[in-house]
Parts: sequence; C-alpha cells; structure tokens
Amino acid sequence: MMLRNLKPALISAVVVVILSGLLMGIRLQQQGTGLVLIGGGMDVAVKIGAAALFIFLFNLFRDHLTALWNRVPALPRTPAAISILAARPAAHRLMWCFIIAAAVIWPFLTNRSNIDLATLVLIYVMLGLGLNIVVGLAGLLDLGYVGFYAVGAYTYALLSMYFGIGFWTGLVAAGAMAALFGFLLGFPVLRLRGDYLAIVTLGFGEIIRILLNNFTSLTNGPNGIGNIPKPDLFGLEFSRRASEGAQTFHEFFGIDFNSVHRVMFLYFLALVLVLFTLFVINRLLRMPVGRAWEALREDEVACRSLGINPTAVKLNAFTIGATFAGFAGCFFAARQGFISPESFTFIESAIILAIVVLGGMGSQLGVILAAIIMTLLPEIARQFDEYRMLLFGLLMVLMMIWRPQGLLPMKRPHLELKS
Amino acid sequence: MSGAPLLEVSGLCMRFGGLLAVNEVALRVEEGQIVSLIGPNGAGKTTVFNCLTGFYKPSAGSIRFRGEEVSGLPGFKLARKGMVRTFQHVRLFKQMSVVENLLVAQHQHLNTNMLAGLFKTLSYRRAEREAMDRAAWWLERLGLTDVANRTAGTLAYGQQRRLEIARCMVTRPTLLMLDEPAAGLNPKETADLQELIAELRDEQGLSILLIEHDMKLVMGISDHVVVINQGCPLADGTPEEVRRHPDVIKAYLGET
Repeated sequence: MMLRNLKPALISAVVVVILSGLLMGIRLQQQGTGLVLIGGGMDVAVKIGAAALFIFLFNLFRDHLTALWNRVPALPRTPAAISILAARPAAHRLMWCFIIAAAVIWPFLTNRSNIDLATLVLIYVMLGLGLNIVVGLAGLLDLGYVGFYAVGAYTYALLSMYFGIGFWTGLVAAGAMAALFGFLLGFPVLRLRGDYLAIVTLGFGEIIRILLNNFTSLTNGPNGIGNIPKPDLFGLEFSRRASEGAQTFHEFFGIDFNSVHRVMFLYFLALVLVLFTLFVINRLLRMPVGRAWEALREDEVACRSLGINPTAVKLNAFTIGATFAGFAGCFFAARQGFISPESFTFIESAIILAIVVLGGMGSQLGVILAAIIMTLLPEIARQFDEYRMLLFGLLMVLMMIWRPQGLLPMKRPHLELKS
Repeated sequence: MSGAPLLEVSGLCMRFGGLLAVNEVALRVEEGQIVSLIGPNGAGKTTVFNCLTGFYKPSAGSIRFRGEEVSGLPGFKLARKGMVRTFQHVRLFKQMSVVENLLVAQHQHLNTNMLAGLFKTLSYRRAEREAMDRAAWWLERLGLTDVANRTAGTLAYGQQRRLEIARCMVTRPTLLMLDEPAAGLNPKETADLQELIAELRDEQGLSILLIEHDMKLVMGISDHVVVINQGCPLADGTPEEVRRHPDVIKAYLGET
C-alpha cells in the first residue's frame, strides 16, 4: 500500500520544491540598471525542505490518515426533536421573536465598538439576504453583486453632495437606482447560463467600480466622496450641535449628549432595514413569483412549456436582489460618511457570495449566521494579519468536507393542501 | 372560428445544418379531435413537437393556431395561447411538492403584482385560493390527492406521468400535446391513460395531439393518424386507413 503511494508522494514533494523554490527561494533585486537573482537564505531552504517533507509524508500515509479522519465524528446533525419543533410555525415564530428581542436588547448591554461591529454584520446580513434571492432562490450565479451595492452608495452620496438630499429620500432613491441598474444589466445577460452568467456579472461589477474610479468629474474618482450626511430620526440629528433649522436628539429629549446614541441609532436603523428585508423576502417566497424562481431553478424548459416567461422571472429576481444591495449601499454610505471605489472591489462580492454559500443556499437563518461568522472572523483573527484570507479558505474547505449543503440548509415553506 | 381547424400545420421543415430532420410535414387538428403522430424512432416526431411548441424555430412552413400564424413565437407565448405539452421524459419540479407543481403551472393566471402579494390584498388572496382549489380539483380527478403534499420526485413513475398531465391541465389549455405519454407504463396503466385521454376530450372539450408507439392506444382513441418516416410525411388518415396502408406496414407497423 505504501509502495503504491510512493510515486505520487514523490511527485507532490518535487512540485512543492519547484513551486515554493521559485516563489520564495529566489528574489529579483535591482543592481544599478540590471536585475540580478538572489537566492534565499538558509532558513528559507530549511522551510521549503520541511514543507516538501510534510507533503511527502502526508501523501505516503494518506490511506492511514483517511482512516483516522473517518473515525472523527461528523458534525452533529440537528437533533430530531429540534427539527420537529422547528417545523411548527408557532415554534418558528417564537424563535424569531427571541432573536429579534435579543438583537434589540443587546446594544444596551455592550460597548460602543461591539455595536459598531454588529452594525457591520447587519449590513452584510442585508447584502447576503439580497444575493440569496439571486443565487440561492433563482439559481443565478452573480459575481458582480457588489456593483449594485456601489450604485446604492454612490446614488446617496452624489445626491446629497449635489442636491443636499437627506438620508430617507436617499434610501428610496438608492434602492430605485440599484433596481434600475439591475434591470438594465439583467436584460442582456440573463440569456446566459451558469458559468457564462457568472463571468459577465463579474465583468459588470468591475465595470461599475472602474467607472466610479475614472469618472473623476462626477464622482471625485479614487479620492472618494466625504462628508456624507448621517441619517436622522424624523428630523432629529445625532450630533452635539444642530445644524441650522434642525434639532438634535439629546436636546429634544432633554438628555445629555452621548456619542453612543448615534452608534446605537445606526445599529437600530440597520436592524429595521434587515427586518424589512426579511419580511419582504419571506412574503416573496410564498408568492407566485417565489414559486416561479424555484421552478425555474429546477427546470427551465418545463417552465417555458407552462407559459412562464423565464427572462421576466429571472429579471425579477435580479432586480429585487439589486434593490436590497442598493438599500445596503445607501446605509453603508451614511454610516461611513465617506466612500470611495475601493470599498467595492471584487473581494466584497466574493465575501457576500461566501456568506450565501456558507449559510446554505436559500436559507435565511443560515445567511444571518454566516454573515456573523464572516464578519467576526477577520476581527477575531486580527493578529493573523495578512494570513486572514487563508482562514477564509480553510473555513470554506472545511465546510465543503463537513457540510456541503451549508450551515443551515434551506427548508422552504411548502404550501400544503388542506383536506 | 368554426370551420377553421384548431391547429393547421403545412409545409413544416426543420433543418439542422445539413440535416433535414423534418421535411414538408402537414397536419391538422380539428376542435375536439384526437390526432396521433406516429413513426419509427428518429422519424422526427419530437422535432415536429418542438417546432409546434416553440422550442425550435422552424426553418420553413406555417403553423396556424385558431387561424393565427404562430410559427416562431417563443414557447411561453404559445403555452399562454393554449398549446401545452408534456415531455418524452418526465420533467416535473422534483424538489417541489405535488400541489406546488400545480400552482407554478397556474402562474400566468395568478395575480403576480408584487405589491398585491406583499400586502396580501383581497384579490390576491382570492386568486391564490382559486388556484389552490383548481389544483385540488385536478389532483382529485387524477387520483393524486393522497400524495398532494409529497415531494414530486418521490412519486411512483405512473403517478409522475399523471401529475405531468394534471400540471398541463391546470393551465387551461385548448390543445394538449402529449409526447409518448404511455412510455414506461404497464398495460393496466396504459389502459387507464387511454380512458383518461378520451375523458379529457369529452369533459373538457380538449383537442389532443399525441406521439405514441403503443399502437393499441393509438388505434383505440385516435380520430386521425399522421405517419412520418425519416422526416417526411408517409401517410395520413383514419386509424383503419393507416393500418392498411402498404407503405406504413413496410416502414413501421410490420407484417402481422
């Protein structure tokens, strides 16, 4: 058995030596006008050797390791009692009530930076839920979702900069603008399927970012837009001193000014937006359009033969998904007070997609859980510095081994025929 | 539109590159008729079907449905006009429940207004209830009520076939096109199917276009039979005429 593994193990070790030798072992250095190759030091050579040895041994004893691995208990399945309970609508509702209550009480018990982090989590929840419509429900792989997020953010930022529009009007405008972009971009690309669709949406996401970067006369280019007004509560501002013709929150309620109030307000605002998103998506799922998304994901040909226009249904999913990204973008712009094209790179799209996949395609609770993990993980792993991305990769690989269906796979509300 | 046939196809050609898969096929379905399309494997029967239902764009020829030229229209538009088909291989929404399969099929008749659904307006609820009632009625009619809440993929094959027909029926078609509905069914199920097709015609005033290899079924219920061979029309007539037609015996039925 070991002999059979010897050859592949040797090959892998050689590959490791070649690859890491080229990547880490040699460096180019400028000397005068020319470049010279410089070999790495002794320690680099030792490290490469150790890595090659590890890979060699790993492949040699691969079968033993797999046997060991199989003895590791699988991640516990959801206990039967809980799944039965979860199937009951009353229990379901109670659970959501608890989650919402916890989300409302929590900011009063913790400190400012935690609330701030939670607000960021909520933004990602909103983005995850929106992308979930497109990817999880309608089955359209969209790699350029961040483009609509950018459209939302820039719509509010530009409107406030040029026309002095407030947050609430901006929110509606951002949603509408992102929806319009979703509609316009969706029209030509939704004829494509699978990988092709993924590539084209990826391109669109990048086009939007590059456009924002280079349209300097309008968007200020890479310098970004600053001084974006913060949201207000029915005209009450969350600042120490009110701007002209306005009133501040602490004056109105006769309490001392506390900068935490604004952080908390932003958190609650994000919470309200997330709850709104959840409500809308839950309704959509039970509506004819939700059923059509699902049917389309399963069999497009059958859908066409039953009089469903596939393009219209897909466009619908694309537009609605984009709208939520627009809302999230507007909120993001208002929270940060400053945006630049750098906030909307492809990696954001990838993270949002990872949230959807990690949570379990189509599952809403899963998306929330995954958004929390994906946002908290980089914060917790701060000392790992630039290796943080490796953790993402590790997490994804472990997921694919243990739970390919996602943390909480979707259980769609099936409509039942009552006798 | 009495007088004009429900479906009239003439000179239908379908060319895939150098291959002429369907050559000058003509057929007509009068209202309330059951017409069968038969022929050896690879004769182009399903290609004709795909042309009629908008999955292929025919290279030449005319397709008139209720006197209106419909060739080249996309499939979903034809379905909305009342030409609905089943498939040679069952194509259900396997992950969805049986009753949901029937609800999806009624999409075109439902209130798909987003706001109406978000606020659950009266008209929206009424439309949903009616859709549910219609689905329940057809499940009862086809004996599928017991399995209504099961996932469609878990049904027995015969039930899946019946569900596919039910799914077509809830779209309220005027012309039902069945592509080998008896394939894979046992003799008892085939006999039931024959009865069902005849009843659908009589009760619902449907016209039916059928592709089938089971000659007992075809000869038993068809008003008219069209035979094609290697893409070309071979014969056309009542079951009796076709059965005795020498070319058909030679190419397809065989000597008995």
